[in-house]
Amino acid sequence: MLRRGLISGIAGAMLMARWRQSLVAAVGVMFSITMFVTLLGFMTGLNDLLDGLILNRSPHVRLYRDIRPSAEQPLSRDARYRNSYALVESVKPNGNRMAIYNGGAILQTLRQDPRVQGVAPKISAQVFYQTGAIELTGLINGVEPEAENRFFHFGDYVRSGKAEDLSRVPNSIILGKGVADKTMARIGDIIQVVTAAGDRVPLKVVGFFQSGLMDIDKVQSYTSIGTARKLLGKDNQYVTDLQVKLHDVTMAPALAIEYRKRFETDAEDIQTANSQFETGSSVRSIISYAVGITLLVVAGFGIYNILNMMIYEKMDSIAILKATGFSGKDVNRIFILIAVRIGAAGGAAGLVTGYLLSSAIDRIPFNTAALPTVTTYPINYNPKFYIIALSFALITTILAGWFPARKASKVDPVSIIRGK
Amino acid sequence: MSQNENPIVLEARKIAKYFHDPATIKVLDSVDMQVRRGEFVSVTGKSGCGKSTLLYILSTMDTDYEGEVLIGGRSVKGMKEADLALIRNEKIGFVFQFHYLLNEFSVLKNVMLPALKLGKLSDKEIEARAMEKLRILGMDGQALKKANQLSGGQKQRVAIARALINDPLIIMGDEPTGNLDKKNSDTVFGIFRSLSSEFNQTLLVVTHDPEFAAGTDRIVEMEDGRVLGGG
Repeated sequence: MLRRGLISGIAGAMLMARWRQSLVAAVGVMFSITMFVTLLGFMTGLNDLLDGLILNRSPHVRLYRDIRPSAEQPLSRDARYRNSYALVESVKPNGNRMAIYNGGAILQTLRQDPRVQGVAPKISAQVFYQTGAIELTGLINGVEPEAENRFFHFGDYVRSGKAEDLSRVPNSIILGKGVADKTMARIGDIIQVVTAAGDRVPLKVVGFFQSGLMDIDKVQSYTSIGTARKLLGKDNQYVTDLQVKLHDVTMAPALAIEYRKRFETDAEDIQTANSQFETGSSVRSIISYAVGITLLVVAGFGIYNILNMMIYEKMDSIAILKATGFSGKDVNRIFILIAVRIGAAGGAAGLVTGYLLSSAIDRIPFNTAALPTVTTYPINYNPKFYIIALSFALITTILAGWFPARKASKVDPVSIIRGK
Repeated sequence: MSQNENPIVLEARKIAKYFHDPATIKVLDSVDMQVRRGEFVSVTGKSGCGKSTLLYILSTMDTDYEGEVLIGGRSVKGMKEADLALIRNEKIGFVFQFHYLLNEFSVLKNVMLPALKLGKLSDKEIEARAMEKLRILGMDGQALKKANQLSGGQKQRVAIARALINDPLIIMGDEPTGNLDKKNSDTVFGIFRSLSSEFNQTLLVVTHDPEFAAGTDRIVEMEDGRVLGGG
């Protein structure tokens, strides 16, 4: 019965009649949406960066053998003491089996597990880096560079040289930036590494890596898993860590328990290992949302004001529309439509300016020694934020328009017309 | 009179109305009134006699009354707001003391609005009709001007064109010449007169202008909320 175009046309005309105020209201919405999108993009970018610092590089589940005393002491095996309670004082851990039992078989099993995205084996070995007369303590990680790269972004942190060189160049090493600085090593140099067993092995420096965490860079180095085995004089089944990356990270705690039982090793999930990061991230997100929504509510009051003003100015128009046959519902729709248009226009403009502001921030140089892969401020362009922002803009404007529109729809034409 | 055989388009039965603020006053007391098709009726009386109040009750805009109003033989008592709006849209044309044109729109669009709301014709047909009505009122030359570019008399003529657009059962006027000078008043009266005689348009006009009333077919005189004569 009623043409949509008519209501829309009247709303448009009223909007244009007060275009300056409408514009101010729309700019209010635009500003808040801009800030909302930028703030969330920036915060999330920062969160991702900080999370990535640890979480991206951490296995979702790590299988290893912890150093701990044997649960079964020889005494308890003796038949004579079967019914006695044995107290053994000063039990010491036995450190000669750091390796995961049957590592190769577990690796095969894990790789066939459909829940597992990938597995990277690792050998950690305590070493000394020898430079001149000084020996620096350090830790060498023997890795498969390809797997490490694919699942844990190893390559991102190799600042000079290439991660792949580890497998290409025999007896090669990628030094932590801190280690390299201390030992004054350059690419192509040979560095002497002394193992805990006292063996001295010369390794060729093929690159440097910088994780962003100084403490790590000062001690850690990477070499290929084969080189690490040679260094320790172990066979090619020897592996101390199995780093599992899952398809779904939320399954990590459950799988850690499962693997612990199944493979009789220690298993640690990422949530347990890094619980503090998630807390930080969610708190930052909540703050961003709170600020963004506050801005929107303020913009909503702007729309509320302009509509109220418009209704007082347009009392005559409302009265005649009602006199000539427009129902309260029609009038209500006209004003809701005005609000929605202000909201949609301001919101859409806000998304554009928000994107522009985000990309401007994205270009601001941000160099810090702690974050080697980052050269500009991090921004997350997740379309989710843009969708949330626009829906919030529309919801707030509809709410802001609701009460004035209701008031307009309740205008009694007789009192207006007779009042003249 | 031959008009007595014409069907009744508007009827008031025992209309009573009270104002409650500040004290309860009876402003209309058992008003009975009939308007037949083609009649040009004026309602007169002193200021405060309730003639405008009666008009707004008859117009369906005021729903707070006792008694019954029949438009085209159908009682509008207790109808919903949206249905009343539809009746006003389709069956009643209004001309007020003030023109109430929307300044945002052109003269033509102002005239078209009630028909667009009714939505029975295409936009093209409505536009043609609106031009036709403006032509009748000699305003077709101003069709594309904005409403606020017209003089007072011109605006009132556009308002009359707007009242005519849906070919209403009845046109109601509340002091339609009250804001106009002598010359424009005469013009507007002339228009009403010719609408009645040439187009057989039913008109009900509230006025305190005796000269205007004298020119109508029938005068309903009111005093203190009662019809003295002519109802």
